[in-house]
Amino acid sequence: MSPIRNRPIFAAQLVFTLAVAAFLIVPAFLSMLAGVTSNYFRGIRSGLTLQWVLEVWQLYSDTIFRSFLIAFAALAVTLAVGIPAAYALHRRNDRLSRAIEEVITLPLAIPGLAIALALLLSYGGFSSFRRSWLFILAGHAIFTLPFMVRSVMAVFAATDVKALDETAASLGASPWRRFRDVIVPTARPGILAGSLMVITLSLGEFNLTWMLHTPLTKTLPVGLADSYASMRLEVASAYTLVFFVMIIPLLTAMQIFAGHRYNPTGLGR
Amino acid sequence: MTKKTFIGLCLLPLIVLVTAFFVLPMARLVVAGAGGDLGLRAYAAILLEPRYRATLINTVLLAAATTAVTLVIATVSGLFLQRHRFPGQPLLVAMLTFPLAFPGVVVGFMIILLAGRQGLIGEVTLRLFGDKQVFAYSIEGLFLGYLYFSIPRVMLTIMAAVEKLDGTLEEAARALGAGPWAVARDVILPALAPAFIASGAIAFATAMGAFGTAFTLATEIDVLPMLIYTEFTLSANIAMAAALSVGLGLVTWAILALARNYGGSTVAASG
Repeated sequence: MSPIRNRPIFAAQLVFTLAVAAFLIVPAFLSMLAGVTSNYFRGIRSGLTLQWVLEVWQLYSDTIFRSFLIAFAALAVTLAVGIPAAYALHRRNDRLSRAIEEVITLPLAIPGLAIALALLLSYGGFSSFRRSWLFILAGHAIFTLPFMVRSVMAVFAATDVKALDETAASLGASPWRRFRDVIVPTARPGILAGSLMVITLSLGEFNLTWMLHTPLTKTLPVGLADSYASMRLEVASAYTLVFFVMIIPLLTAMQIFAGHRYNPTGLGR
Repeated sequence: MTKKTFIGLCLLPLIVLVTAFFVLPMARLVVAGAGGDLGLRAYAAILLEPRYRATLINTVLLAAATTAVTLVIATVSGLFLQRHRFPGQPLLVAMLTFPLAFPGVVVGFMIILLAGRQGLIGEVTLRLFGDKQVFAYSIEGLFLGYLYFSIPRVMLTIMAAVEKLDGTLEEAARALGAGPWAVARDVILPALAPAFIASGAIAFATAMGAFGTAFTLATEIDVLPMLIYTEFTLSANIAMAAALSVGLGLVTWAILALARNYGGSTVAASG
């Protein structure tokens, strides 16, 4: 059902929207271009090259591997902790479970800097933990957990999981078997959407990670900040290009599998 | 094993994880805020100490301006994109939501490419007016960065709300002789109010807590997250950094909680 098209208003809105899109896309495009341009100052005439991408690989490949390590570890933690918890919270659905849900969503409302400070004050003294990537993982797990729990709970709310569960119980299935054979398969779309969000968020997380990292546990966004401050524009751009190449397939998958329902408003910043 | 025990066991790992790495550390942070030379007065200093107060006011004004401008932009474009189907429309939607997953540091870099020393705007103004405009590192640049990360998320919320609008009300208004402006003012905008509150709160809270963008632009003006960072790292004033973090966290949490009471469901965002 579309309203009658009013030409001048349509044209004005189109131009406005194109300008907004240009504001968002032009710099991203420029950075991709700069990453493969021999000399950005002289422009594209200086020729295209992969030397900056190679330089990024030599300088920063460890940050890329570490970011993936942390992202998949965070995924493992949120799956192991989040799916059973989502089931329990959905089944209980009482005052206590709503309070727990409220607490686990707090990390989305509190700036990452505050959470990182809290972790530093509490665990900064345990130096071998402080120095390992597991310290960053702790922050990422807390930050991404609500996305997994909520996305699984959304599926439970949309399907009648309680009836399925009780039917299986009446047929004599043990709680564990019901969880494995009924609950988890039912939750699959939510698990998929949640997993994509956890990976994407963890790969891009900066605010917590900047405070929690050490020179030996740099992640990709930390390395990016580093290159923005100290490297020539072409190297910084090539590094950003590598990040885009990693994140765009994830975003596309998220749009396909999760759609607008799980509006990933916790992303970005 | 009874059903109750099983459900309890399902919750146990979550409770352990969240208590160990969130609840207890946050409690520690609140205590640490009062643990410096100032004691509990550290919390009052956020409002009373001129430097902190000025930063707080800066941050609130910047976040409010970001929210207002983002809402206008996202409403105009969101209504347009949701209401019209034309070739390239899906591509435009994709372009407008693509920066959702950019970390704040990357957003800062985008602004450097637009308005930095080697930026596009500087290049264009140099050619046109012979005067190179560089403002990435000033408050205008920061504002642009905040718009950059706010527009996609607010746009998504508003587009979802426009999709659910009851078109018959607009037809009724039109049938009664209302022009396009009157329909927008009296029918569409009031119906979108919950979405404005929800997405506006997210935009405001995100802008208040945004750190990566300000960090990359290393701006001359202080915003609260940068102040916390410098208090902690440069001044080693841990108590004040903790007190400021608690204050900032309370503000962002309260805004989102209020908006949720008025505007229905929201997903919060961290800056």
